[in-house]
Amino acid sequence: MKRSERGAWPYLFLTPAIVLFTLFLAVPIGYTVWLAMRRTKVSGLGLGRGARKEVFVGFDNFSAALSDPELWHGWLRVLGYGALVLVVMLGLALLFALLLDSARVRLARFSRIAIFLPYAVPGVAATLLWGFLYLPSLSPIRDVLDIDFLGASTVTYSMANVAVWGGTGFNMLVLYTTLRAIPRDLYEAARLDGASELQIALRVKIPILTPAIILTTVFSIIATIQVFTEPTTLRPLTNTISSTWSPLMKVYRDAFVTGDLYSAAATSIVIAAISLVLSFGFLRVVRNHAFGES
Amino acid sequence: MATTHRATAARRPWGVAPTGLLLLGAIYCLFPVLWVLIAATKSPGELFTTSTLAFGTGFADNVTQLFAYRDGVFWLWAANTLLYAGGGALLSTAVSAISGYALAKFRFPGRNLIFKLLIGGILVPAVVLAIPQYLLFSKVGLADTYWAVLLPQILHPYSIYLARIYATAAIPDSLLEAGRIDGATEWRLMYRVAVPLMVPGMVTIFLFQFVAIWNNFLLPFIMLGDDGKFPLTVGLYTLLAAGANQPSLYNLILTGALLSIVPLIALFLTMQRYWKTDLSSGAVK
Repeated sequence: MKRSERGAWPYLFLTPAIVLFTLFLAVPIGYTVWLAMRRTKVSGLGLGRGARKEVFVGFDNFSAALSDPELWHGWLRVLGYGALVLVVMLGLALLFALLLDSARVRLARFSRIAIFLPYAVPGVAATLLWGFLYLPSLSPIRDVLDIDFLGASTVTYSMANVAVWGGTGFNMLVLYTTLRAIPRDLYEAARLDGASELQIALRVKIPILTPAIILTTVFSIIATIQVFTEPTTLRPLTNTISSTWSPLMKVYRDAFVTGDLYSAAATSIVIAAISLVLSFGFLRVVRNHAFGES
Repeated sequence: MATTHRATAARRPWGVAPTGLLLLGAIYCLFPVLWVLIAATKSPGELFTTSTLAFGTGFADNVTQLFAYRDGVFWLWAANTLLYAGGGALLSTAVSAISGYALAKFRFPGRNLIFKLLIGGILVPAVVLAIPQYLLFSKVGLADTYWAVLLPQILHPYSIYLARIYATAAIPDSLLEAGRIDGATEWRLMYRVAVPLMVPGMVTIFLFQFVAIWNNFLLPFIMLGDDGKFPLTVGLYTLLAAGANQPSLYNLILTGALLSIVPLIALFLTMQRYWKTDLSSGAVK
């Protein structure tokens, strides 16, 4: 890298990104915070000019969002759903990546492509496919298994299945590409020392994969907290999913159905804050753990 | 790669289990796609009467009906999706590439701050942005327009991050220096030297953005009211919402779902090799 300055050129090259960042990221965030601290006050009967006023209410909307039982139920549902998706999806992604890399498998190319394929299926289409597969009248699965996939106690698992189906391949590919970048002689050395394939996987490959696993976990945490497409798409097929099933669905309802933008803004900031806390919390735990080992 | 005898010996205790597990995974992933392929060939009558895994005779009828549905609105959805995904991904790739190049190859005051701010965008959930973006677009009269879906998806922090890593690795400083000595302007160096060297990385960024925008549901769902501007995802959702209680529409919904995933699967299979570019290189380094 050159130490000397190139005048305004780097700034010029960065102008589009900075303008877009300001317009579509910074300004909307600022606006959300501003909205979240306000509320409409109705005086008298709420008729006539000036009867409805927007006033500053500080953190009232946040405390309302934090104490709303409906929202808490949403958080609990998403927590259960998210934990299930994270463990199963990333577990399978890791397993498949290690199997693909072990060079002992046949049909590796076919399996890799097949498992990555759902990544090309939009969430709406994926939910639609599985939703129809869950319907008793159409499903070949229901021919074999007599399970009500859309019942109140099973719908979370059915939804998690859609997310696992759609996300495993992408995460597998991230982990697999990382594995392919490891010099092969590292394994040869381990083999000469008498390590078995399983030992190599556990003691050599997984430690090298750790940063990539952390990255995919953080992205998956952020994605599952914001789950919206799957429950929204599955809703028309069953009456077990409420319009406030996930926190983001409640934000949507508040903002666009009920028309309460202030609550919606406050709730979306709470969602953002929880995503950040969970992501950073996870990173911290992982780091401490890694330090503890070394 | 040399396969040693030792390695062959190590294979035995595991046998065909690894291959079997991978194939199970492959079947699980392919099954719904194969099923919709079959289901879309059935006429409404066949859908509920014939065996779930037997091909039907109604595929051509289903497609004709789907394209006739509400004066061919499905065509519009497909064209819109192509516009959003193609246009958005192109612009996004261009912005990411020049930003990544500037961040990788220049040293200037504020470089780290700008990089950190841009990257911080990865952590901001789409939901925080969606409502105010909608309101701001409404204020300037752009809500429910193509711009409302296109513009917010151009800036993609992770792509800038990838472009920066790629530019650092792919563009030798000596080449830029040689160009400068020859009197080339920075603009010329960017599009004659840097961009051509970054093409493989840019193809990866384009593909990921294309798929991401194609699959996006939340943003167009919030921004658009007029179904003539819907992309396929929102269109499919409205089709499902309208037809969930009318089994007579099921064949249209299934055919629509199939047609909305075929182009992406085709793109995905033809561009196989580009998906390998190290997605996680940043995590390893």
